[in-house]
Amino acid sequence: MRYPYVTGTSVIGIKYKDGILLAADMGGSYGSTLRYKSVERIKAIGKHSLLGASGEISDFQEILRYLDELILYDNMWDDDNSLGPKEVHNYLNRIMYNRRNKFNPLWNTLVLGGVKNGKKYLGMVSMIGVHFEDDHVATGFGNHLARPILRDEWREDLSFEEAVKLLEKCMCVCLLRDRSSINKFQIAKITEEGVTISQPYALKTNWELSAFKNPSKGAEGTW
Amino acid sequence: MGSRWSPYDNNGGTCVAIAGSDYCVIAADTRMSTGYSILTRDYSKICKLADKAVMASSGFQADVRALQKNLAAKHLAYQHQHNKQMSCPAMAHLLSNTLYYKRFFPYYSFNVLGGLDNEGKGCVFTYDAVGSYERVGYSTQGSGSSLIMPVLDNQLKSPSPLLLPAKDAVTPLSESDAVDLVKDVFASATERDIYTGDAVEIVVINAKGIRRESIDLRKD
Repeated sequence: MRYPYVTGTSVIGIKYKDGILLAADMGGSYGSTLRYKSVERIKAIGKHSLLGASGEISDFQEILRYLDELILYDNMWDDDNSLGPKEVHNYLNRIMYNRRNKFNPLWNTLVLGGVKNGKKYLGMVSMIGVHFEDDHVATGFGNHLARPILRDEWREDLSFEEAVKLLEKCMCVCLLRDRSSINKFQIAKITEEGVTISQPYALKTNWELSAFKNPSKGAEGTW
Repeated sequence: MGSRWSPYDNNGGTCVAIAGSDYCVIAADTRMSTGYSILTRDYSKICKLADKAVMASSGFQADVRALQKNLAAKHLAYQHQHNKQMSCPAMAHLLSNTLYYKRFFPYYSFNVLGGLDNEGKGCVFTYDAVGSYERVGYSTQGSGSSLIMPVLDNQLKSPSPLLLPAKDAVTPLSESDAVDLVKDVFASATERDIYTGDAVEIVVINAKGIRRESIDLRKD
């Protein structure tokens, strides 16, 4: 059995008023070593879909090659038809499940978002082929840390600004509690108009709290 | 590294089916979990396989979905060959063969199949993961089954399968009483089984057709 080498941590995706937002940091961990700091883990697939990945980075890049071919062959028909997020998600589901059947999984959890014909779509696939749709999804640590926040505060009619704020709140919690996360993010947006993936940026953090400045205070006997 | 990779997961969930003299109730909760985490609160475990055959499945979601697709493809071929919908007892046998075909790399799925037989009587078929099956009057499968089965036994007392001549296993309850019983057993299982909750989806099949309803359960 193959085990992963370079891995990315949580991806978070939410629906909002006009489409889908995905967020992920740009870290690539080699075990617990932070080996890469500029890995793009969110990519556009065709005209209507966005794909985010956590897990083995090289397997994600292999998946991107599969999808490149899929979209290329779809374009060759030149029939003004194109694969939507639902079709791409289904394709990924079958690939992930097929590879687990061969005991040679693609070591990823994938988040797929998209908009086509006014229909928003947000789904997830795991490395053994478990898949589903929801209004908000998160992989790995994100499922523990971010989804409780999303279940509290998410609404269908979130504006873009509100949705970004909510995602940043989630990413901030992940940043503070998930050891392998880094403060360098991308947020990607997909609407009927198309895809925009943000430039990398950092969140404002506050380490001025007294507990951070004097960590041994109140813990007598410690050094 | 920690533990070895496994091709299986248990995504939990509970299924119940009750057969009456002229109806069948099939129900399942809508929670999908992995370990102590909930993946989604709104995932349907119920699949309409034919006009008079409905399957509820719990276990490993990816296998369940592969099984559903497999059966849908087989049923499509059946319709092309015979120009009719498959009967529930035929679908029951197909499901058994489909599961046994993967005897040495099983579909990790626990199914109950419900519907109406060729006489229009309610029927329930209950399975294990490798295809052993039996026609019964009522059944439950999945993570909450051990909490629900004794309650169904107590409320629906089926005649012994050893009786000669054989007696009908269908329950004496009316359709609405059966639906109420299903709501109660799910509300109860939800109290103690962490893999059951969020909502219960109830499908009723009778001579008029198929009806669906959904009732909220505890979300914790």
